[in-house]
Amino acid sequence: MVTLNSYLVLSGLLFAIGTAGVFLRRNLITVLLSIEIMLNAVNLTFVAVGRFRGSVDGQVITFFVMTVAAAEAAIGLALIIALFRHRETLSPDAFTSLKW
Amino acid sequence: MSWLPSPEIIAQLGLIVVVFNMLVLSAAFMVWMERKVCAYIQDRSGPNRVGFEGVLQPFADVIKLLFKEQLKPKAADTILFAIAPLVSTTAAFAAFSVVPFGTETTLFGLLDRPIPLEITDVNVAVLVIFAITSMGIYGIVLAGWSSNSKYSLLGGLRSSAQMISYELSYGLAMAAVIMMAGSLSLREIVMNQSGYWLGFIPRWYIWLQPLGFFIYLTAGVAETNRAPFDFPEAEQELVAGYHTEYSSMSFAMFFLAEYVNMVTVSAVATSLYLGGWLGPFLPDWLSWIWFLVKVFLILFFYVWMRWTLPRYRYDQLMEFGWKFLLPIAVLNLFVTAAIVLWVG
Amino acid sequence: MDVFAFYAFGAVAILASLLVIGQGNPMHSVMLLIVSFGALAGLYVLLDAPFTAVTQIIVYAGAIMVLFLFVVMLLNVPREEPAPPGVSALLGPTGTRLGALLSLLLGVEIVWALADMGIRRPESTASVSSVALIGSAIFLRHAFAFEATSVLILVAMIGAVVLARREHS
Repeated sequence: MVTLNSYLVLSGLLFAIGTAGVFLRRNLITVLLSIEIMLNAVNLTFVAVGRFRGSVDGQVITFFVMTVAAAEAAIGLALIIALFRHRETLSPDAFTSLKW
Repeated sequence: MSWLPSPEIIAQLGLIVVVFNMLVLSAAFMVWMERKVCAYIQDRSGPNRVGFEGVLQPFADVIKLLFKEQLKPKAADTILFAIAPLVSTTAAFAAFSVVPFGTETTLFGLLDRPIPLEITDVNVAVLVIFAITSMGIYGIVLAGWSSNSKYSLLGGLRSSAQMISYELSYGLAMAAVIMMAGSLSLREIVMNQSGYWLGFIPRWYIWLQPLGFFIYLTAGVAETNRAPFDFPEAEQELVAGYHTEYSSMSFAMFFLAEYVNMVTVSAVATSLYLGGWLGPFLPDWLSWIWFLVKVFLILFFYVWMRWTLPRYRYDQLMEFGWKFLLPIAVLNLFVTAAIVLWVG
Repeated sequence: MDVFAFYAFGAVAILASLLVIGQGNPMHSVMLLIVSFGALAGLYVLLDAPFTAVTQIIVYAGAIMVLFLFVVMLLNVPREEPAPPGVSALLGPTGTRLGALLSLLLGVEIVWALADMGIRRPESTASVSSVALIGSAIFLRHAFAFEATSVLILVAMIGAVVLARREHS
């Protein structure tokens, strides 16, 4: 019997995996991919709760989250291209010159 | 006979088998038709040795390809190199799963309830086709990248950029038809085109949306990488583009994917604009014959265009897609929306 | 049947996400994320949201991931360099140990918090939510958000073009 809990636990796990990716990976592109995993986990939560409350608002919010994710991916990747042109590397440790 | 599954399930599985085999056979038929039509356009006679008028030529080609050696470049990325043709072919076949090709039929009374002649009908069928066609881009991109060779990479990038650019006009042309029909399901769109004006002009959407039909076909030709938009796989410029390093059955799978994509674009065009399986004189259970006739007409047009028109250069191609076709598609959508609001 | 599908899609999604963050080749990471998105689309279909499923494939797997793919191919992103020597024993190499601990804590906390929701059975929405309902919700009730996202996309387009431009020096 698949209840709401199953979907919420699944999305919680996906969110934690995305967070782990942001913390642990030393490659800017993979960090962005982990952020996309987190956004997807949130989408799943919205759709699941919307279904279990009988409302269509969950899917509507998902529509907007996807749009925002697309815009954020575009800008993030443009920033990565610009950063790569400066330092020829994609490791976050190369961009610490403002660190105190 | 209680160990057999119910007749509905058998009929459904039978439909899947029939559609799959028809798609493969249509790809083989397209190989023959292309070579024959090309030959007659070029004032020669084409394949005529293998079978009557060369109809067995595609099978001879397949046997030849099967016996070729399967090569892989040493520096190629093994996993991606292997799955690229699979992705292309799977996307090509899967897109046909929501295309209806006949009315509801009881298969001569063998079934209790009539089943519609299609694999499935979801209420977002047009979007499903759009989504699966978008996934087909990955086959080409992966093929170009994983071959680890200049020609492949350039061909793959160009081809995928072209496909993405023309997807917009493709979707906008479909959106205009969806607005007129009021539904996303292909079966309902076809049913909206039944009936006649003045008794003999069928109510097809091509009369109401001529510009949309032109946009859809042009974008469809560009999506399937066919002439005059086939610069990414032009022999004279790029050796063979993204499938340079592929041989034997992997190459055959790319070819199969390209032809099945053509068939899918034609089938969706007939459902959206030419009234699907609707036609006079034939009883309901033979309506799929009209569907085949219309699809064949569009496929013939495809082949005819390839061997008549010169090829667009890549920058001309991209300029045409973004600066001409996309504004026209948007304009078509606006005008359709205005008319639907005014009339409805 | 539904239960089997849920567990299958869920397992694929989690496995693919773990491999995305776990393995080193960026190209393979992008492909595995596409697989994860496909599994999520399957889950949306199970949740009676076919429109969201198709939109996920079209927008996420079909457009955003192609963007990622192009950038990975353009920059020829290398495999990850090994981490520089660690700051302290607690943090481990560049904070890996602390980071892993924090993510594990987050995972446990979320699962524990969600494990006792009051809702156990699905509401009796028999009909699949139609696209017309979603459309009327977006364009009538949430019209302001819709217009705002269109401005957002315009800003993102301009920003991306400006940021990725080559400097003329």
